[in-house]
Amino acid sequence: MKELVETLAKALVDHPEMVTVDMIEREKSCVIELRVAQDDMGKVIGKQGKIARAIRTVVKAAATKERKKVTVEII
Amino acid sequence: MSYIEKSGKTVDDAVDSALAELNVSLNEVEIEIIEEPSKGLFGFIGVKPARVRVKVKETVARQARDILSKIMKIMKLEVDIDLVEKDEKVLINIKGPDLGILIGKRGETLDALQYLVNLSANKNVEKRKRIFIDIEGYRKRREDTLKKLAYKLADKARQRGRNVILEPMNSMERRIIHTALQGRDDIYTFSEGEEPYRKIIIAPKK
Repeated sequence: MKELVETLAKALVDHPEMVTVDMIEREKSCVIELRVAQDDMGKVIGKQGKIARAIRTVVKAAATKERKKVTVEII
Repeated sequence: MSYIEKSGKTVDDAVDSALAELNVSLNEVEIEIIEEPSKGLFGFIGVKPARVRVKVKETVARQARDILSKIMKIMKLEVDIDLVEKDEKVLINIKGPDLGILIGKRGETLDALQYLVNLSANKNVEKRKRIFIDIEGYRKRREDTLKKLAYKLADKARQRGRNVILEPMNSMERRIIHTALQGRDDIYTFSEGEEPYRKIIIAPKK
């Protein structure tokens, strides 16, 4: 799951080397924290969070296979 | 960006062997001549082969395929990616077993995927191309369903003489319905509300 967020984020930003992803796992859920370069924030959030929403939708789909609730936070 | 260097008797020879190795055609690459061939003196002193550097051009289609295959691999989905590149657009069809997960409720996941692939594959290219992704003919089936729904609800609006409000839909789906009902003179359609809750209203003509 972490890998998926990383791949998507790196494909969208101008500075892929600045992308870091952390995963905090709990029993039935996990939180994925995505960090990107300051000037790349717009590239992963988008107008009215449209890109962020798309990333979350794809990640959620991938997570249903593992029966886990996943939240993606952009920090 | 991947490239290889090749040498050959002539520039063309060198390019040909590079194309064969990269398994691409001439219009997919950029060629840089590093060294012109030299026949040398009397054909044996100072004979130098031609040397070229052949670089595969980053096209929208190529980048789209790359990112998609990466995503599929991470999601552990066995798929075939069919890709047709046209002047203005790239059509991608994904085939494989158990792809429902990739379509999502009413194509929600498919739309998100298509949106992200469009953004990333069109990054850093001279000419942008719209990318359309379909999974196992889902979009065609959905279009048929929406058209049927449109006809049914248009009849309902006419019979009851009242507006019929549809569920919120995205712009692509709304367009299918508007287009399907365009030719009718007993009703007309318009949209109301803000994205992503914008919805179609079918109203009877009086």
